[in-house]
Amino acid sequence: MAQMNMKEAIRDAIRVELSRDPNVVVFGEDVGHVGGVFRVTEGLQKEFGEERVFDTPLAESAIGGLAVGLGIQGFRPIAEIQFVGFIFEALDQMVVQAARMRYRSGGRYNSPIVFRTPYGGGVKAAELHTDALEGLLAQSPGIKVVVPSNPYDAKGLLISAIRDNDPVFFMEHLNLYHAFRAEVPEGDYTVEIGKANVVREGSDVTIIAYGMMVHTAAKAAEELEKNGIKAEIIDLRTVSPIDIDTIVASVKKTNRAIVVQEAQKSSGVAAEVIAQINEKAILHLEAPVLRVAPPDTVYPFAQIEDAWLPTPARIVEAVNKVLNF
Amino acid sequence: MTKVPYEVYTEEVETLSVLSPDGEIVNKDLLPELSDDQLKEIMYRMVFTRTWDDRAVNLGRQGRLGFYAPVSGQEATMIGSEFALEKDDFVCPGYRDMPQIVWHGLPLYQAFLYSRGHQHGGQIPEGVNVLMPQIIIGAQILHAMGIAMGYKLKKQKQVVITYTGDGGSSEGDFYEGLNFAGVYKLPVIFFVQNNGYAITTPFSKQTAALSIAHKAVAAGITGVKVDGMDVFAVIKAVRDAAERARNGEGATLIEAVTYRFRPHSLSDDATKYRTKEEEGEWNEKDPIARLAKYLEKKGLWTEEDTARVKEEAKAKVNEQIKKAEQTEKMTIPGLIDSMFEHTPHDLEEQKADFK
Repeated sequence: MAQMNMKEAIRDAIRVELSRDPNVVVFGEDVGHVGGVFRVTEGLQKEFGEERVFDTPLAESAIGGLAVGLGIQGFRPIAEIQFVGFIFEALDQMVVQAARMRYRSGGRYNSPIVFRTPYGGGVKAAELHTDALEGLLAQSPGIKVVVPSNPYDAKGLLISAIRDNDPVFFMEHLNLYHAFRAEVPEGDYTVEIGKANVVREGSDVTIIAYGMMVHTAAKAAEELEKNGIKAEIIDLRTVSPIDIDTIVASVKKTNRAIVVQEAQKSSGVAAEVIAQINEKAILHLEAPVLRVAPPDTVYPFAQIEDAWLPTPARIVEAVNKVLNF
Repeated sequence: MTKVPYEVYTEEVETLSVLSPDGEIVNKDLLPELSDDQLKEIMYRMVFTRTWDDRAVNLGRQGRLGFYAPVSGQEATMIGSEFALEKDDFVCPGYRDMPQIVWHGLPLYQAFLYSRGHQHGGQIPEGVNVLMPQIIIGAQILHAMGIAMGYKLKKQKQVVITYTGDGGSSEGDFYEGLNFAGVYKLPVIFFVQNNGYAITTPFSKQTAALSIAHKAVAAGITGVKVDGMDVFAVIKAVRDAAERARNGEGATLIEAVTYRFRPHSLSDDATKYRTKEEEGEWNEKDPIARLAKYLEKKGLWTEEDTARVKEEAKAKVNEQIKKAEQTEKMTIPGLIDSMFEHTPHDLEEQKADFK
């Protein structure tokens, strides 16, 4: 089995699907000739040609609309939005046009589109390059939102997303592209969209996270372990729809939970997870479910982003609060 | 060079005109080739559509239709542009462009269902290459671009036409679409029906450019301005644009200058922003009256024909609105199931609240 970082795993998924299905096309700003600003699609244009992998003018709404139009034509577009903060320019095409196509045509048309975008902080990037907008997208009906935390999941989830006949938003954490290598199978395999994964087993508290925060939570769990506290970590992998069954099974065991997200605290994925725990498992709780999240401000300039983002220490603090409730 | 050549583009474009308001051919060389049967068919569709529009306004007032955007006055642009295309070409309409998609194959009762807010209205039959009317102004321009790229990638010869208005030509999506189509030489026709008003806002508040057709210059595509009350000018421009597109010569922007005789919608009052004099002037340019004059002179049409088509149209509208009204109502579980190919588990559970 090959060792890949997340960037290579994503590229491999796209390569598998480009090889398998002639209807798969890849486009976006700078994705063709050089393979994107992060080189995720590097080499694919050379391998598959300029009709399959191509550069677009610098126009995000047009990229979204192009994907919708190609979807109507039976293609499976993989459209890259260069940085997450640029999705606002294309939001109508994504969460209005693509997401409503099946519904408003009564199933006559659909949008088998993957919108890929890098997101996430901690890399000292320019303004509006690093926000975590998954909550905004998760609130939009008609799209699924996937946030992988590791190379294996990234490849398997992306292949599932490309084969999905409905629009999927695929969010790639900037800090995870090169963070580490892991074993990734060659060729074709899928990870099911909408299924969470228990990445660390424990009996005292459940920590629910996704994307980069899975790794921040893992560091916190190691700290907690030193004090004899066994934390279970659930990697959501998909934030819309949320795999509440896996969460409930864990909460029934631990009776305590916290949710960690990189997005601002209010009205996001964490709030949704807590609402669903409330609906399905409230009698199993010994303490309120807390959120570890940045404050409800804009994503800050690079100088203070490390203080703004959730840290292992803040996760430990929240766990101690629910344990001592 | 002694001076910096600061310049505003001031060269006017000529307006393509073939048929005068008196029903005379003013530019014989540009008259599109149309058989007598085709001429009669165009006239039939225009009279039918005017009658359908009259009836729809009444149905709207009776509460039997929902949102409805009247079309009278724009029959030459709507009927002519669609007529100039092949059956398997693709139509991406704006919200007012129901006639084009109906004449392209959408059953009339489904147009009524769309207006009444029923999902089946958008369930385009297989083999009919149209999208549902678009509400977000300009969004369809980008879909047209994507569909056109699809034809290009598949090496098929179809072309795509998309419609918007003078207001739509101010949208960012309009510029992104034109520019993109220019770069990739896409087989698409951007058809702007400039009816002078974006709801209430006059054309003078949309652009300082001399015409909408000028905007093609910046995108590096072909641009042309036509008399939108002249069905022959419209057909000529669209046929030529389609031919260029099929030959791999790329996109065309067509500005057709027209007028809607009625308000923007059934809840709009045009007397607040238009004068009676202006309306009167445009009534003189009526696209149906001028085609009728031309056809009467050729012995192809009579007033009796108009009366007959009106009766046919009324009967058809009555039958189709009844069919729409008898269509089974939508349900919340049905709505839920129409969001995704496979309904996610959380959404599936939500059905229980709506039993």
